[in-house]
Amino acid sequence: MSRTISHLMFLTVAILIGLSTLAPVQAWEPSKPVEFIIPAGTGGGADVMARFISPLIAKHNLSPQPFIAVNKSGGAGAEGFTYVKGKKGEAHVIIITLSNLFTTPLATGVPFNWRDLTPIARLALDEFVLWVNAETPYKTAKEYIDAVKKSPGTFKMGGTGTAQEDQIITVQLQQALGLKFIYVPFKGGGDVAVNLVGKHVDSTVNNPNEAVGHWKAGRVRPLAIFDTERLDLPDWKTIPTVKEALGQDIHYLMLRGIFAAPGIPKEVQEWYVNLLKRVTETPEWKKFTDDGGLKRAFLTGPEYVKWLEPTENLHKGLMTEGGLIKK
Amino acid sequence: MEAFGNLLMGFQIALSPYNLFIATIGIILGTIIGVLPGLGGANGVAILLPITFVMPPTSAIILLSCIYWGALFGGAITSILFNIPGEPWSVATTFDGHPLAKQGRGGEALTAAFISSFFGAAFAIILVTFFAPLIAEFSLKFGPPEFLGIQMLTFSAFVGLGGGSAPKTLASIFIGFIMAAVGLDIVSGQLRLTFGTVELMRGFNFVVAVIGLFGIGEILLTVEEGLELKGVQARVTLRTVTRTLRELSQYWKTFIRGAIIGSWMGIKPGGATPASFMSYGFAKKFSKNPEKFGNGAIEGVIAPETAAHAAGVSALLPMITLGIPGSPTAAVMLGGLMIWGLQPGPMLFKEKPEFVWGLIASMYTGNVIGVLIVLLFVPFFAAILRLPFAVLFPSIVYVCAIGSFAVNNSTTDIWYMMLFGIVGYVFKKLDYPIAPMVLALVLGDMAESALRQSLIMSQGSPAIFFASPISAVLVTASALLMVWPFISPFLHGRGGK
Amino acid sequence: MRRADIACALVLLFLGGLVLWESLKLKIGWGLNGPEAGFFPFWLATGLVVCSAVIAIKAFLDRSSFARWPFVQKGAWVPVIKVALPAFVMVALTEAIGLYPAALIYLAVYMRWIGRHRWITTFLVSVLLPVVSYFIFDKWFLIPMPKGYWTWISGLY
Repeated sequence: MSRTISHLMFLTVAILIGLSTLAPVQAWEPSKPVEFIIPAGTGGGADVMARFISPLIAKHNLSPQPFIAVNKSGGAGAEGFTYVKGKKGEAHVIIITLSNLFTTPLATGVPFNWRDLTPIARLALDEFVLWVNAETPYKTAKEYIDAVKKSPGTFKMGGTGTAQEDQIITVQLQQALGLKFIYVPFKGGGDVAVNLVGKHVDSTVNNPNEAVGHWKAGRVRPLAIFDTERLDLPDWKTIPTVKEALGQDIHYLMLRGIFAAPGIPKEVQEWYVNLLKRVTETPEWKKFTDDGGLKRAFLTGPEYVKWLEPTENLHKGLMTEGGLIKK
Repeated sequence: MEAFGNLLMGFQIALSPYNLFIATIGIILGTIIGVLPGLGGANGVAILLPITFVMPPTSAIILLSCIYWGALFGGAITSILFNIPGEPWSVATTFDGHPLAKQGRGGEALTAAFISSFFGAAFAIILVTFFAPLIAEFSLKFGPPEFLGIQMLTFSAFVGLGGGSAPKTLASIFIGFIMAAVGLDIVSGQLRLTFGTVELMRGFNFVVAVIGLFGIGEILLTVEEGLELKGVQARVTLRTVTRTLRELSQYWKTFIRGAIIGSWMGIKPGGATPASFMSYGFAKKFSKNPEKFGNGAIEGVIAPETAAHAAGVSALLPMITLGIPGSPTAAVMLGGLMIWGLQPGPMLFKEKPEFVWGLIASMYTGNVIGVLIVLLFVPFFAAILRLPFAVLFPSIVYVCAIGSFAVNNSTTDIWYMMLFGIVGYVFKKLDYPIAPMVLALVLGDMAESALRQSLIMSQGSPAIFFASPISAVLVTASALLMVWPFISPFLHGRGGK
Repeated sequence: MRRADIACALVLLFLGGLVLWESLKLKIGWGLNGPEAGFFPFWLATGLVVCSAVIAIKAFLDRSSFARWPFVQKGAWVPVIKVALPAFVMVALTEAIGLYPAALIYLAVYMRWIGRHRWITTFLVSVLLPVVSYFIFDKWFLIPMPKGYWTWISGLY
């Protein structure tokens, strides 16, 4: 009898301790709507992804509270990043990032860094492809590059913004192959693609998603993909890598990842990781990434951090070489 | 014609009871969203995007595009009643719409605005139905130099309209352009005029500025004059609507001119707002009584509304045919297409004809439903003005605050709104024209980018603006318009007056 | 009116100067590829400075009837202040306690104090409008309105 009582008492104590310490560890859930910050304007790649994920979470009942997409695009995304940086310890804010996580602080001098945020997960990597207008005679990257070499400083490369990923790639191309392009900055990827179709620029390094429609319609032609291996999707598989086409290994992939506010508890971080893992396991996500030519590259925890560090240094190096850093 | 067959197929889809129901819901929601300043079609569409996840794609795009039509209709309502542009392209509607409302002719102004919207839409839809691929091909000819030409033409069509003191007009234009330059410069990638603050990084939002300058400024002026909107208390019934309908036919030239300007301008991104200004400018330039403009000319309502709605329709065209958005709302819809598993772009016509033609047919049904609904509610809208001012004014301020906040989710914008309110009040009293400033704010950013992109492309040579026939014509035409006020009295003098 | 005109021009002159100074931090020249980042801000600000100087001088010399007209008619200040001040207070309160409670207080005070409406109308409008808009924006459209600095108040709803 006394044994059972002491047993019971022990159990009760254990449960109480469990409730006070263990239980919350597993049971953290958002208690109010989660702000999902997009450090870019409406209609861009990051915006579409965030606005795709939010309803997906609701559809599959992955969270008790809704995710609300909020655009804070000012200063090439600096507005969004500084906002989340300032929300120390706030569990109900996350942010989707693109390469501007690395490029914006370097190019504008606005002080923030990915270390100021809590890394949650890398969702996917976005490819870059060298495109020319389909009416031009260049069938391979080599033919096009040779033409550029012949008359340096007359070929126009269109891209999104200045000191951002498109210009970084252009600079890489120029330095590796000894070329000279006229780089023309536009406001968004869609704008860039249309200027290529309209023959206002000679080539672009658009993401697959931004140019695929024009490609299928026979208006633009992909010459090479800036990756170490071909993109393993039907149609895309035919595009050679830059190394295959030009003999020089130039690759660049753009981060599509999620960060949270700094100083959030471990269990909150785990909840988000778990949530995003389940998002990436849905069939909708698979279709979304395949259609958009995105590389599924889910990565979390220390591996994610381990990936971020060299990537940041890579951007620093590339931008310093290209003279794109604000002095 | 092949288009007829396709359109018939589209109508079979759009006229299904379910899709008609969806369209009606969309129009009503859109009108509400359009009425609320700051909460534009883009927000509305973004907010409802998740709901469309469970619908067939065609119904989903019908819902979203009908929200868009609704917002286009709704934008005029607050412009006319309270001088608060519900949408950026309704700014030009305030110039004559609000004076009309103050004279107790709000019902007429609303009716004219809605009919103009409908006419503009119908004109553009017919163009889209039969010439979509042709127009899309034409729009591809527009690179940065041509784009600059359009901006210049808009500006020169509009400025010099106000009269008043030259240094004050110039100062006001400079302020507008300076405000447009604040924030990130996309050409150099540098932050400009931010004084090191995060708040200025995103620049000055056009919507916040006009809510303050026009809406709040007008409230302050009204209370000072002690009017308290008393002059607006005229009763409006549906008979006012039918009577106005009959009178409108005499302005057929303004209608057609506005519709052409709008359909053309809408093809390029951000076209609706400049289109409304350009149309207003031309309407005044060609009018027999230009002096009536600004004091309640019905043509001053017809011109911008026709152009804005036509531009709104043709803005969807590049989205369907080229996969580029012609407006922020179209940008969000584009995201929607991808979410529903459709690839926007030139192949959509071939791969998903039922989707494209369902959408085009729903433009017809949506706008017919839209115009019927808003016309029915004209007496109701006009009745809002009969609320006691102590209820009306704080409610307007509150709704404006919500709108300003919603633009960027920032409380700083509410402060800006109040600040702009004071500026609007002071400027109006001191005879600084506000409209050119607002237009400079809209065009400044785009025009500067286009100019610098062109010069980068040509390596600094201004000859690029005359290299293509389109930009040569546009640049020359706008230069001629600029000097027209100086030449025209001379010519008329010769004419023996 | 003359004094107001001069004052306003001086404020614009000051702002123009500020922009001029800030734009000097950028390159203001006309580079090989056209104007640099600071080119337009610099010349626009210069234009603004010149215009406002002209306006100020013109106003100073102006002896017309327009100049003698008072900026605001005697006594008309009161209703303007009565509208502007509560609105500013509401915005300030928004920062502290959030938009909905601030609007409630603003509407109630305004209707009762200035409009002299009956308590029942005051109560109905000032409570219903924020509540309805709360449901429209925060609940249905999922646009969270500002909740203010003191989160314990926003925790109530």
